[in-house]
Amino acid sequence: MSNTDIIIHDEKDNVGVVVIEKITPEQDCNCWIMENDKSVSIQSKDEIPLGHKIAMADLNEGDTILKYGHDIGKVVKNIKKGEHVHVHNVKTKKW
Amino acid sequence: MEIPKSFLGYKRENGRAGTRNHVIILPVDDISNACAEAVANNIKGTIALPHSYGRLQFGADLELHFRTMIGTGKNPNVAAVIVIGIEPKWTKRIVDAIATTGKPVEGFSIEGVGDIDTIAKVSKKAQEFSMWASEKQREECPMSDLWISVKCGESDTTSGLASNPTVGNLMDKLEPLGVHLCFGETSELTGAETVCEKRGKTPEAQAKFKKTWNDYNDFILKEATDDLSESQPTAGNIAGGLTTIEEKAFGNFQKIGGCQFIDVLEPAEEPTKGAGLYFMDTSSAAAECVTLQAAGGFNIHLFPTGQGNIIGNPIEPVIKLTANPLTAKTMSEHIDVDVSKILSREMNLSQAGDELIKSTLRVANGRLTCAEALGHKEFVMTKLYRSA
Repeated sequence: MSNTDIIIHDEKDNVGVVVIEKITPEQDCNCWIMENDKSVSIQSKDEIPLGHKIAMADLNEGDTILKYGHDIGKVVKNIKKGEHVHVHNVKTKKW
Repeated sequence: MEIPKSFLGYKRENGRAGTRNHVIILPVDDISNACAEAVANNIKGTIALPHSYGRLQFGADLELHFRTMIGTGKNPNVAAVIVIGIEPKWTKRIVDAIATTGKPVEGFSIEGVGDIDTIAKVSKKAQEFSMWASEKQREECPMSDLWISVKCGESDTTSGLASNPTVGNLMDKLEPLGVHLCFGETSELTGAETVCEKRGKTPEAQAKFKKTWNDYNDFILKEATDDLSESQPTAGNIAGGLTTIEEKAFGNFQKIGGCQFIDVLEPAEEPTKGAGLYFMDTSSAAAECVTLQAAGGFNIHLFPTGQGNIIGNPIEPVIKLTANPLTAKTMSEHIDVDVSKILSREMNLSQAGDELIKSTLRVANGRLTCAEALGHKEFVMTKLYRSA
């Protein structure tokens, strides 16, 4: 088993979580999907620290972010696959 | 792992069992704190529980104050109680309710006496209680005497990935043994509220949860001046990678594993429907939440953290676990259980759950938690609205 850089909760999710200290731009990352124990890979575009999210697909303004297989907010600025996903490009749908 | 069938606890007069053997000096109100602290300073083996309220409260807010005071005194981790208030009436109400457990309890009021003579009088009684409690021995108690509350704090994405699911794994393994379990944090289920509602075991439990969450959400919408983006998620949550309240909520929700809740409790309400999982309507602020759960009668607490919350409670031991390898390293004196190996896949969830069960039992048997060793005793009353 190769080292895991990113964990994805659910196969439906369009984001993964960095589980090493950080990933650097253009790093080839190993991703593990917890739900079905599958592995996929992705190349990062940004530096992303431990615990922060990476886009597993291109996402457009208004799209829904899925994590745990559930809606966790909306995209407010277009995001490319491999980019950092956080408060600068995603907002809550609540409150 | 075969799960142990018992732990060593303090058997109480009412049939409950404690994981601790505290003698507490409980002030009814803010102005009685000085007396309570002076007594606890005089008499070794006692602790004072100072807090900020207790005067001119009314209605539901006053009832919650009484419920929290009384529940704290009734908690089986408490061997004996001294209650000190400015006037006798409210003091007596609390004393009488605690006395229903059969444990030693005595009340004192300061008006017409003054601090100095009250301190002298109370100190004599406190010395008697402390020396009496010091002879109590731990005895074998069934696992069903464990009442476990849970709450997470300073969460980050590692909480939802690993430390909260570890707590969920423990719940799945201990629920069949007749353990009482409790989760709360009404506001932090926002985004996951419909998924959580469906975890109610009965239509009544589901409806009660829905009403509780709606009421809390209405209150937040009424008081909010912005999107709460600096409160929920907190700055610490955001630094740890959590982006929205919905993401935080689904992470939070992992703590109950596959369990269903059998009832919804008011803040500080004692469960009455037997063993199983309960939801308690609480704030998501750590010290407020744990104080309410302890007042509900829970005798050991599990607290997963991501970025490193350091909370403790004066009567309910708080066990911290983290899956964040940086927190485990930089704040090691606060972390009782390190499950960060889940992220590197050197440990699976079931193994982590077993480790947490072992640590929970060690603490139940008397091992100090990190928070206890460091002197964390956060006792924080929940206040519903302004006093009259």
